Amino acid sequence: MLQIKDLQAKVEDKQILKGINLQVNPGEVHAIMGPNGSGKSSLASVLAGREYFDVNGGEVLFDGKNLLELSPEDRAREGIFLAFQYPVEIPGVSNINFLRTALNEIRAYRNEPALEAKEFLKMTREKQKLVEFEAKLTNRSLNEGFSGGEKKRNEVFQLAMLEPKLAILDETDSGLDIDALRIVSNGVNKLRSDKNAFIVITHYQRLLEYIVPDFVHVLYDGRIVKSGTKELALELEERGYDWIKEPVSTETVN
Amino acid sequence: MANSTDILAEYSDKEYEFGFVTDIEMEVAPKGLSEETIHYISAKKEEPDWLREWRLKGYHAFLKQPEPHWQNFELPKVDFQDISYYAAPKSKPKYNSLDEVDPELIATFEKLGIPLSEQKLLAGVAVDAIFDSVSVATTFKETLKEHGVIFCPISEAVKEHPELVRKYLGSVVPHSDNMYAALNAAAFSDGSFVYIPKGVRCPMELSTYFRINTQNTGQFERTLIIADEGSYVSYLEGCTAPKRDENQLHAAVVELIALENAEIKYSTVQNWYPGDKDGNGGIYNFVTKRGVCRGAHAKISWTQVETGSAITWKYPSVILQGDYSSGEFYSVAVTKNRQVADTGTKMFHIGKGTKSRIISKGISAGEGQNSYRGLVQVGSKADNARNFTQCDSLLIGDRCGAHTFPYIESKNKTATVEHEATTSKIGEDQIFYLNQRGIDTEKAVALIVNGYAKEVLNQLPMEFAVEAQKLLSISLEGSVG
Repeated sequence: MLQIKDLQAKVEDKQILKGINLQVNPGEVHAIMGPNGSGKSSLASVLAGREYFDVNGGEVLFDGKNLLELSPEDRAREGIFLAFQYPVEIPGVSNINFLRTALNEIRAYRNEPALEAKEFLKMTREKQKLVEFEAKLTNRSLNEGFSGGEKKRNEVFQLAMLEPKLAILDETDSGLDIDALRIVSNGVNKLRSDKNAFIVITHYQRLLEYIVPDFVHVLYDGRIVKSGTKELALELEERGYDWIKEPVSTETVN
Repeated sequence: MANSTDILAEYSDKEYEFGFVTDIEMEVAPKGLSEETIHYISAKKEEPDWLREWRLKGYHAFLKQPEPHWQNFELPKVDFQDISYYAAPKSKPKYNSLDEVDPELIATFEKLGIPLSEQKLLAGVAVDAIFDSVSVATTFKETLKEHGVIFCPISEAVKEHPELVRKYLGSVVPHSDNMYAALNAAAFSDGSFVYIPKGVRCPMELSTYFRINTQNTGQFERTLIIADEGSYVSYLEGCTAPKRDENQLHAAVVELIALENAEIKYSTVQNWYPGDKDGNGGIYNFVTKRGVCRGAHAKISWTQVETGSAITWKYPSVILQGDYSSGEFYSVAVTKNRQVADTGTKMFHIGKGTKSRIISKGISAGEGQNSYRGLVQVGSKADNARNFTQCDSLLIGDRCGAHTFPYIESKNKTATVEHEATTSKIGEDQIFYLNQRGIDTEKAVALIVNGYAKEVLNQLPMEFAVEAQKLLSISLEGSVG
C-alpha cells in the first residue's frame, strides 16, 4: 500500500529526514518510536504534504501512485489520513458541517454521489457510538474550546467517518489521561481491518499495549535505525533510547 | 491536481458575474447638476411643488457642504458635473402589470436571479426593482394591499400618499445632513417606500433590487420605511452594476422610522461592481442610512453583507429616542484587490434603558483596506443604557489592512458600554488541516470565512443567508495563494 524509498526532506538548510525506507501493507499496524527531534512528526507531515518541508530525495508510492506529486487534499482523497498532534480550532464552523464537506469532497474525487442528509446523519450516529464520541461535540464549532482529550477523540471520530486506507496517528496519546487513552485506542482497534493500515507515532510503549502493532520502528536522526516486532517497544521502555543511538546498520523488516 | 486547477479556473472566470450591460433604449438627462437639472427631474416625475422646493433646498445645501476629510482613505475627486442625474428606460415609464415591462428588462432581472414573475415566486418575497433611476416593477402588490401594507416606488408614494411622504421624508436624514445626503435630496431619482400600518406584521419579506446600467450615470435612490405602532417588517436590498472602466457614484439615502413597539429589520447584500484587480472602475458607494426608534420599545436592526464597490463608505445608524428602544448593527465587509471599506455604525442613546448591539466582522484580502468606525453616544437622560460592541478583523495575506476606530461618548454614569475587538489571520495551519481532510484551499477559505461571519449571516432571512454565503465564497476566490 505504502512504499517509502530513501525519503529525504529538509527545512531551510536543515536536513530532517535522511533516507527513510518503509513498506506498509494492508492490515498492518506500524509503530514509529524515537526520541524527541528524531523526525517522527516530520515524517507524518511530509507524507500528508505539508509545504513547509522541502522533499529533496527519494520517493513515496501509495497504491502505486507517486504520492509526492499530489496536493495535500488529493492525498487525503486518495485515502491518507493524518490524526494531528495539535488539531487546530476553526471558530464558527460546526464539526458536522466540516465533516460533511470533507466526506463529500472525498466522495466526489472518487466519482461517488454526495451523501444524502439522512444517510450522513445515520452514519454520524453509528460512528459516534463506535468511537464513543459525545454527540454534543458533533454540533459544536470544530475543536473550539475542546479539551486536549476531546480534540484527540475528535481526530479518531473523523478517522471513523472518513474511512481512510492509511491512517497516521501523530502522538495521538500525548496529553491523554488513562481513560481517554483507552477510549481512543478502543476506537482505533474497532476501525482496524485487513483493508486498512495504521502508522502509529508515539513516544511511549503505553499506547502500544492498547493498539498492538505488527512492527515497531525506531527513528533516530532522520533514519529508521532499528525495526522489530512489538517486543522492541518493551525493550525500549526498559532500556531507553540511548543504546540505539550507537551507529546501527539500517535494517528493514519487509 | 487537475481537479483543483479546474476549480481555480472556473472561479477566476467567475470574477464578477453581474458585469453585463443591458441594451435598452434609455432616456438620459444631460450631464451636470444645476437648478435646471432639478426642475427637469421634478418635471419628469410630475412632482408637487413642495417636493421640488425640498430638492432645491438640498441642492443649495450641497453647494455649501464641505467635502468630508476624516475618512481613512483618499477621497477620489468626483466630478459632479460629469454625471447624469437621471436615466430611465425609454418605453412607458409606469407599468400596470409585468406584461407591459420591456422584455429586455425582465431578462436582465432574470439574469440577476430576481424573480419578477409572481407565479415563479417560491419564497414569497415581494420585490421592487430599480433600474437606474426608475422603479420597473413591484410584485405582490395586491397581497400586501390586503394587509394595508404600502410598498411602492417612492415616486408613486409622492402622488398617492403625499401626507405620509411629506411628514417623514427628510425627518431622519435631513436635506442638509452631509454632502452626499444633500446631493441625494437634490437629485434622488427613485427608491422604495414602505408603510406598515398599526399592529400589522408584514406577511412577507420586502425586497428592493438596485441595478445601475447606463454609463456615466449616478444612482441616487431614496428609501423610506415607516413602521407604525406595534408593526413589524423585514426588508432586504440587493445591488449589482455592469463592469465599466470609470467609477460610478451611488449616493443613496435610507430613512427608517419605527414607532412605539414597532420593529424594522433591514438587510443589505451589496455586490456593486468592485473594480478590476488593479483598482480601475467600480462603484463609489457613499450612502447615508439612518433609522429612528421614535417610540418606546421600538427596535431597528441593520444587517449588511458588503462585498462589492470600489469604496464603501457608510454607517447605518440608529437614533434610540424612545425609552427601552433597541438598535442592532450586524456587518460583514469584505475588501480584496484595491477595495476600500470604511463602514460601521452610530448608536445614539437618548431614551432610558435603550440598548444597542454592534457586531462587525471585517475581512481583508489582497491589498484591501477595511476600517470599522463606530460611535456609541449616550445622552444625559439615557439612564441604564447598554451597549455591546464586538468588532473583529480577519486578514488574508500580508498586504491588506484592518483598522478600528471606535468612539464612545457617555454623559450618563449609569450607562454600560462594552467594546471587544480581535484581529486574526487565516492560519496556514487551519488551511492545511482542512486540506488534509480532502478540502481544497478555496473551499477551506470559504468554510473558515463563513464560520467567522456566521453570527452576522445568521441574522439574514434564510434564503438570503444562503446567497450571502455563496457571495462571500466567490468574492474571496483566488485570494489565498
